[in-house]
Amino acid sequence: MINLKYKRHFIYLLSFLLLACNSKDQDDLLQSVVLNFSFEHFWDDTPVSNADFNDFKFTTEAGDVISIERLRYLVSDVQIIDANNVGLEYDVYNLVDVTAGEGLGFEFQDDIPLGTYTVRLTFGLDNEDNAENYADLNSANFNVPEMLGGGYHYMQFDGKFINSESAEQGFNYHAIRAVDISGGSPVFPQDTFFTIDLGTIWIGPSTDISIRANLAEWFKNPNSWELNELNSVLMPNANAQILMYENGQSVFSLNE
Amino acid sequence: MKQLLLVFLFLVILSCSNTEESYSPISAPLDIPEVFENNILPPVIPLDNPQTEEGIALGRRLFFDRILSGDGSQSCASCHQPQLAFSDDNPTSRGIEGELGTRNTMPIFNLAWNYSERFAWDGKELSLERQVLEPVSNPIEMNSDWDEVIDRLNAHPDYPTLFNQAFPNEPISADLVTKAIAQFERTLISANSKFDRYLLGEVSLTANEENGLNVFMDEARGDCFHCHGSPNNPLWTDNDFHNNGLDATFTDLGLGAITGDPTDNGKFRSPSLRNLAYTAPYMHDGRFDSLEEVIDFYSEGLQASPTIDPLMKKIDQGGVQLTDQDKADLIAFLLTLTDPSFLETQGPPN
Ligand code: HEC
Ligand code: HEC
Repeated sequence: MINLKYKRHFIYLLSFLLLACNSKDQDDLLQSVVLNFSFEHFWDDTPVSNADFNDFKFTTEAGDVISIERLRYLVSDVQIIDANNVGLEYDVYNLVDVTAGEGLGFEFQDDIPLGTYTVRLTFGLDNEDNAENYADLNSANFNVPEMLGGGYHYMQFDGKFINSESAEQGFNYHAIRAVDISGGSPVFPQDTFFTIDLGTIWIGPSTDISIRANLAEWFKNPNSWELNELNSVLMPNANAQILMYENGQSVFSLNE
Repeated sequence: MKQLLLVFLFLVILSCSNTEESYSPISAPLDIPEVFENNILPPVIPLDNPQTEEGIALGRRLFFDRILSGDGSQSCASCHQPQLAFSDDNPTSRGIEGELGTRNTMPIFNLAWNYSERFAWDGKELSLERQVLEPVSNPIEMNSDWDEVIDRLNAHPDYPTLFNQAFPNEPISADLVTKAIAQFERTLISANSKFDRYLLGEVSLTANEENGLNVFMDEARGDCFHCHGSPNNPLWTDNDFHNNGLDATFTDLGLGAITGDPTDNGKFRSPSLRNLAYTAPYMHDGRFDSLEEVIDFYSEGLQASPTIDPLMKKIDQGGVQLTDQDKADLIAFLLTLTDPSFLETQGPPN
């Protein structure tokens, strides 16, 4: 599922002023570019697609053997920032559905000067975007219950692991905005969406940006994930959400 | 020469429109309920089968007409009864010869919002149009022959005119029958339950119904929403395939028999939880007579198997062991998804 909302805005006030003063020069430099993002999944060095699902073929850092049954996650808000720290943010979002093999890429077009940019995007949705109502994500059943603050899952990663009794057991590694409901109403201890920094990329008229997602990292770094302890009912568990947030930092990188 | 040809063509066109009274069907777009409009994607309408007043009326008539069955004893509505939200009350369906099928008759509503267009319990039917072909010729359903059906329709006093109005200048065919019935089915929309009115701010829930909604949405208790929708997805289904833990071994492979993939064995499409008050018995084989039995199953009757969905929890104990109060409240909530107005508006043609 690809969703592009061309609500483009400048992320730095400075950039706005700069562009305004130099708009004539800038206009001459503007060229049509197409940014084409794609996602490839790995378990460390082994490529993973939905054909590898439903099979106990992956071993976590903690030594648990797992099978992946369902994996979908959201990325949003592409930022491109030039050498002068002048940036643009594109208010886009895309549901990467590895299970269905859909949304494994998305692209959009804009008129910008060609050049080298730092490219970033957001894993999940920032709090502002998470408060909006998206018909496609509702239709895809990606919501977070109102009692947990509402909004959307950042990721739904379901599967099974061989537990300490050598039996198959389900896990639901669902990443959402960390929420504490112990006091009755939702309190948000910290943000758990995060920035995926792809580093600098030369942006030409047509630019392919391939993102590598190492799924093993969700269970590895810095927290070796103990599935026997943390396997389901993680949505209302703010501590588990913060651990996921920490582990997520090293999942995504530029595929070079 | 060119000019002559044009004049000639023009004459031909004129003469055609003079002799056959060409009729233009009147466009009849679906009336999209506010709770759908506010929350979910628009319905799926195939480009080659737009909704028209004449098409829908013809489809309604065909749906209720026994002319489609081999011995004239059964219509679609024999199994899909309007007063039961277009389902029936048998565990598995009964064909014209009285033979039992293996599956529970599915209700028919909100099918235009099945975005992946995989119909039936196992997803074997790939569009609403194509689905119509199957029951007509199925020996344990209507047991008919399509060529004979077309002959009967052509010989009928009304149908040739009705078809010509809905689909001008096309001979009656199985294709047109499926198009008309699919148009009618797309108008079967249910979105006027107590819960819909609650979403629109018109009514409030009782304390029990509210607790039931919380059980439904609570990952530690019901956790039903991951498969069956939520206030934000008021279809109350994900229209996807899961093994919800009914059996340890399967007599009916479900999706697995269609895909040939053993990891799909025992998976069936999540049904919508709207109108459960009318659609008993429950599950693909109608094994549960009451909602109490369904909730007991989810609470303590889960059966382990290799394909059971990872969302099913504490399988070694049969489930999450809901309290009696939570069970009762969950049912109270489910019954707020009942839409009596749907039964009233959708009868046979007069
Ligand atoms: C003998 C009873 C019977 C008759 C007659 C019958 N059906 Fe069905 N219908 C069923 C059963 C049983 C299923 C579930 C089939 C399965 O999953 O294998 C079903 C499924 C369906 C579905 C799929 C609904 C969904 O949500 O996927 C549609 C649509 C449907 N029928 C329409 C029709 C139409 C149109 C006719 C007449 C041409 C008809 N049926 C005649 C019993 C019947
Ligand atoms: C993993 C996905 C999943 C979860 C979670 C789930 N269900 Fe289901 N549900 C299904 C599927 C699939 C079926 C059809 C199964 C079959 O017939 O084989 C079903 C069937 C039903 C039915 C029967 C409906 C009918 O028309 O026959 C009811 C009622 C129901 N579920 C309620 C619930 C409730 C209440 C919960 C939470 C306690 C729940 N379900 C949790 C997937 C799920």
